[in-house]
Amino acid sequence: MYAFDIERPSSVSEAVEALKNEEAQALSGGQTLIPTLKQRLAAPEKLISLTGISDMKGICEGAGGSVCIGGATTHGEVAEGASAYPALAELASHIGDPAVRNRGTIGGSLANNDPSACYPAAALGSGALIVTNTREIAADDYFEGMFSTALDEGEIITEVRFPVPECANYQKFVQPASRFALVAVFVAKYADGVRVAVTGASEDGVFRWTDAEQALNADFSVDALENLKCSEEGMIEDMHGSAAYRAHLVKVMTKRSVGAC
Amino acid sequence: MTKVSMSVNGRAVSGETEGRTLLSQFLREELNLTGTHIGCDTSQCGACVVHVDGKAVKSCTMFAAEAEGADVMTIEGMANTDGSLGMIQQAFQDHHGLQCGFCTPGMVMSAADLLKNNPKPTETEVRAYLEGNICRCTGYHNIVKAIMAASGQDVTIAAE
Ligand SMILES: Cc1cc2nc3c(=O)[nH]c(=O)nc-3n(C[C@H](O)[C@H](O)[C@H](O)COP(=O)(O)OP(=O)(O)OC[C@H]3O[C@@H](n4cnc5c(N)ncnc54)[C@H](O)[C@@H]3O)c2cc1C
Ligand code: FES
Ligand code: FES
Repeated sequence: MYAFDIERPSSVSEAVEALKNEEAQALSGGQTLIPTLKQRLAAPEKLISLTGISDMKGICEGAGGSVCIGGATTHGEVAEGASAYPALAELASHIGDPAVRNRGTIGGSLANNDPSACYPAAALGSGALIVTNTREIAADDYFEGMFSTALDEGEIITEVRFPVPECANYQKFVQPASRFALVAVFVAKYADGVRVAVTGASEDGVFRWTDAEQALNADFSVDALENLKCSEEGMIEDMHGSAAYRAHLVKVMTKRSVGAC
Repeated sequence: MTKVSMSVNGRAVSGETEGRTLLSQFLREELNLTGTHIGCDTSQCGACVVHVDGKAVKSCTMFAAEAEGADVMTIEGMANTDGSLGMIQQAFQDHHGLQCGFCTPGMVMSAADLLKNNPKPTETEVRAYLEGNICRCTGYHNIVKAIMAASGQDVTIAAE
């Protein structure tokens, strides 16, 4: 690692101020950033730790049946505390391993937008609202491709708000070496429609499988998916699976999600 | 360099660190607590697991400065006060839960974390909890047996 200093502000405004320094970067759970720093793929002069900001931690139940989660809330805390949204708690409880879940945070995961990460599927699949220090961003406008998001330089995710669906389910086909998703699908059924979000599969990162959404809006059943085929165009192809294999898995995992919903 | 202070195994300690000093490095090089092992240094293997404020974390994936004011427990804190092996450690010995021993500190710390929250886990729960602890020697079977035994549940003894 290159050398840097660490600051530990206790409020969002102090952190925002500190991040105005161009050479500064936010540090949350560090479960992605620290390995990146070790590989010398990033060289910030200052890390601004967000984990001491109590306003960014915790889970609450908001108006109109929504669950809001502070940006610095760990995966472990969501797994235990988000009982108002069981599919979300379940998803959090299968991220990485216990030690990763005790440090890694929802804000860090969404800011990083790894193409195989779990939370992006929950956020997009739920039509969540990403709340930052300056604005609220709809999940549909937030994810801009692999490792890329609508966040501006120095912008901090302070909270994520999830509308709670009638039912939802996340099915993760684990890539056992990394413990990330090889392909995973989040299905959520709301009064105004079904959302299907896929992670791990596309070179553009998390995406909505709209054909499946249409079919499920007409008939919310596993059978409704039978005649659909997810295109292998633009799917990730690597040593763990071909594009065709991933496209196939998208359908398999979607069926499992609907079946379990 | 900045000064960090924390409690390690119940003892107040402090030392000079850089921002980039990892907790694992601080424990091993500054405090000479070399029981915490560094297996991969890439957040994968769990050999470096310690408890910070009662929660298992990979000490290679946390900066020492982030543990300022925290209560840290390492494998050295798992022995009984008279120096004899703690219950989980003894179970690892009784059930042949280690061979080279490199992964063992992390295994014991993860096991302690599990048993604190789930005092009578099933075998499946033990295996799931050890997801982030890799052992290249044992094949895990005897590690799982040791943890089941440490939780006071019956297991077939592997090695006497
Ligand atoms: C062994 C292992 C297994 C894993 N398995 C999975 C898995 O199965 N599924 C999965 O989804 N993830 C997995 N992860 C990744 C893990 O979930 C990370 O915790 C997460 O991706 C990043 O969160 P963090 O809090 O650790 O962020 P950090 O590593 O601290 O930061 C990541 C990036 O986000 C930025 N950032 C952090 N917080 C904010 C914020 N609030 N606002 C704006 N920017 C911010 C940082 O500047 C940095 O660029 C795994 C990690 C490891 C080490
Ligand atoms: S040394 Fe920390 S996880 Fe391997
Ligand atoms: S006993 Fe050798 S790595 Fe586990």
